[in-house]
Amino acid sequence: MLTTAILVPLLGAVAVAVLGRRWSDGVARAVGVGVTIVPLALVVAAWAAFDRSSPELFQLVTEVDWIPTLGVGYRVGVDGIALAVAGVTAVVFTAAVAHPAETRGIAHQYVAWFLFLESASLGLFFALDLVLFYVFFDLSLVGMYFLVSRWGHDDAERAALKFFLYTFLGSLSLLVGIIALGLSMDPITFDMRAIIDAQPLAAAGHAMVVLVLVLVGLGIKTPVVPFHTWLPAAHVEAPATASAVLAGVLLKMGTFGLIRIPYAMMRETFADAAVVVGIVAVISILYGALVALGQGDLKRRIAYTSVNHMGYVVLGVAAAGSVLTGDEAARGLALTGATVQMVAHGLITGALFLLTGSIWRRTHDFDLDHYGGLLATVPLLAGATILASFASLGLPGLAGFVGEFQIFVGTFAVLPVLAGIGLLGIVITAALFLQLLQRLFLGELPEDLATMPDLDPVERTTLAGLLALVVLIGVAPRFLVDTANAAASILVGG
Amino acid sequence: MTMSMQLSHLAPQIAVLLGAAATLLVAMFAPRDRQWLNAPVALVAIAVAAGLQVGLLGGVPVLAFDGLWALDAVTNVASLAILAATALVVPLVPRWLAPDARHGEYYPMLLLGALGAMVMAAATDLNELVVGVVLSSVTGYVLAAWHRRSAWSVEAGMKYFLVGGLANLVLLVGVTLAFAAAGSTWYPALASRLDGVDPWLLVPATAMLVVGLAFKAGAVPTHSWVPDVAEGAPAPSAAFVTVVPKIGGLVALARLLAVVPPDSSGWRVVVATVAVLTMTIGNLAALGQDDVRRLLGWSSVSQAGYALVAVAAVGASDRALPALLLFLVVYAVANIAAFAVVTALRGRTSLADYAGVARRQPGLAVALIVAMLSLVGIPPLAGFAGKFAVFTAGIDAGLTWLVVAAVVNTVVSLAYYLRVVAAMVLRPSPHDVHRLGPWSSTAVGVATVLLVVLGLLAGAVLEVASGPLAG
Repeated sequence: MLTTAILVPLLGAVAVAVLGRRWSDGVARAVGVGVTIVPLALVVAAWAAFDRSSPELFQLVTEVDWIPTLGVGYRVGVDGIALAVAGVTAVVFTAAVAHPAETRGIAHQYVAWFLFLESASLGLFFALDLVLFYVFFDLSLVGMYFLVSRWGHDDAERAALKFFLYTFLGSLSLLVGIIALGLSMDPITFDMRAIIDAQPLAAAGHAMVVLVLVLVGLGIKTPVVPFHTWLPAAHVEAPATASAVLAGVLLKMGTFGLIRIPYAMMRETFADAAVVVGIVAVISILYGALVALGQGDLKRRIAYTSVNHMGYVVLGVAAAGSVLTGDEAARGLALTGATVQMVAHGLITGALFLLTGSIWRRTHDFDLDHYGGLLATVPLLAGATILASFASLGLPGLAGFVGEFQIFVGTFAVLPVLAGIGLLGIVITAALFLQLLQRLFLGELPEDLATMPDLDPVERTTLAGLLALVVLIGVAPRFLVDTANAAASILVGG
Repeated sequence: MTMSMQLSHLAPQIAVLLGAAATLLVAMFAPRDRQWLNAPVALVAIAVAAGLQVGLLGGVPVLAFDGLWALDAVTNVASLAILAATALVVPLVPRWLAPDARHGEYYPMLLLGALGAMVMAAATDLNELVVGVVLSSVTGYVLAAWHRRSAWSVEAGMKYFLVGGLANLVLLVGVTLAFAAAGSTWYPALASRLDGVDPWLLVPATAMLVVGLAFKAGAVPTHSWVPDVAEGAPAPSAAFVTVVPKIGGLVALARLLAVVPPDSSGWRVVVATVAVLTMTIGNLAALGQDDVRRLLGWSSVSQAGYALVAVAAVGASDRALPALLLFLVVYAVANIAAFAVVTALRGRTSLADYAGVARRQPGLAVALIVAMLSLVGIPPLAGFAGKFAVFTAGIDAGLTWLVVAAVVNTVVSLAYYLRVVAAMVLRPSPHDVHRLGPWSSTAVGVATVLLVVLGLLAGAVLEVASGPLAG
């Protein structure tokens, strides 16, 4: 089932790229959506088949040898956390492919790269082998490089190159760490389950070096300050739909990896470093929020809020791993919260970036100074933006609140000072989103925007889909929380 | 130690030699418009040799022919890699050399060059190693300077020859010093007698052997011929000499160093230093290139640097030799794929001329992108498996700093490969792009498929390449 979910978009990508040369924009996107429905349905089916009360961390496991002499295999399976992020992956990709975009006469290639990227993303979240994890980690870079460079804005080539080089450096740092982890097993293996059970570096002198290599690799991807500088450039130049995928799915690879590798496989070393990781998280939270507040460019502002929001996730993981025993309930809550926050951020920021795409289609302008008073002109677009913004700033009843609340409650129990400072980030985020809404929709309406058309039916559908889930998770989060908690409670022990 | 004189142990090499003789006859007697017949003749000879070599797989490692010829997993895989690489180069030749009156004579040169590399890879005696090196070098000079009327080609051949003459001299001095130190040129004798030899003799002897073989590998300090040959030599020759001698030279180096004591000779430090310099100089020089063939030449230098990481790990990690072989196999396919695309594009060389190739010739563009991403080591392409195995061997051998250097270099290399990708994909093309007939496109297709398949079958290659050295 999981393998099919990885393969269908991959084969779909090849098929669309080869067969779709003469397809119109609409046909290519429709076929693309048709393909993305399959992994979406399969993830839902996996969700249904998943046994939340099982004592086994990983379920639905498949295994095939790949490089047996080096202990590398094709191993896939899910725990509650993987299931949650795979779910948001399937949803965001479907919405991003469906959402209108300028495909520059090569719609089939545009759709093919999205499908390729979906395959890589799902593969990464399902991977139970470190090398397989790395394979998909790298493939996501290739896909995003081509999406940004070919369908991005003016300076896209440079931004895409910077993105690829910077994150490739991160992924190779991760690779060295992964190899060290695999070599520490006897016999050598990259099977995640075996490594989680063995905790091979617990007593090793070079464990901290390995941890730093892995953290740098994942930190660049997440990104956390000071490794975030590729992010604004990539987001600003990327087409909005690619930004939605980048923020909604690809950034999760960093934090998901943080849970999978350092947190689960190097508990003792991670616990030693947890306070430092927490401090980096808090810096990201505050820095991301403050810099976002200072941006006059709509897309850049939303891009920086991702630094802030991913900071919460990192803080939650740091809190969950800060001690080896004790405070199980609080640490479990922080880890569950981190997972829920990943899902919420994926949906909310995905929606926000799709909205920037809709605005760009209408005006070709991201400068907030050129906007104002649009509330009455485009009520649906305004309504969707307001809903997504409130969700992003953490209004209770919407998805953003659930994860952040759990993270902070959990963190207060183990790292109270950091939690206290981190809370300031929420205040700044509220200010930056309210000011954003005010500059877009209130005040005086510039003349040239008076005839701006509202959301078309396709845009309405994609945004409604994402935002409905945002509300659903806000109002009835149990289905998500219970699934994430199934993994969290096993991982924190006790 | 098992000794043997069975002719079957040399059967693949004999098949290649007979193939060379056969192609020479065809070249002499076939009319000018039938000279291309040598391509199928050469392919048949290679296929027979490969079949015979496959038949030797899995045997007990032996030293054959008075102990001069190692028949083990390393010889088997290296020979098969050399044969496969040669087989991929052959289809590039017929259309490229169709206007050339001496067309048919090119094939015996290719086959003898392959034979020289095979001798290097299996030699267990320094004198025999020199025979292999010289056979490979002499044919290489001819292949590089094939276009007698092209100043570029002649310059490439000249430079190759001058650097080669110097490097072969250094190698010979190294052999002499090694003989002085051990009283023998036979590897098993070196293994037992070099311990305790005066470092003032052993260190220069080892260093000179390393430098002499670095020439074949296209590594620092005898690397300067590589970009010139890549740019100026006929594209099929460039594909051949940046790959086949490299396989022979690096395998020979690994086999030789395995019998030299690492501590008293200091070879591990020497090889590691050469590795870092090679990958760094190759990459930095490639960064600024506006000529794709030159860029591929420098990239081939840097790739030798990564391979040397595995050589530096020989003896310190059991994974080093299999990793080296896997890396060389996947490098060979990727590099030949890239030069095959250049050939299929009729040798176009300026980066600016690659604009819009993706739109005009999507198949060739995809092949070049796949080849370059494989050279970077992007999974799941074959190049990833090669680098992964090399990095693992390096860390396993305690050479983590060297692996970190390779990692940083890998990131740098991505930048210049992407320049070619960006030119093909992102820029519009002012002109139609023509290709050079179906032969070279077939080679492109086969090599590209291999890059994907070898990535998935890397485990099998490592399995075959694992096994003790003979002797």
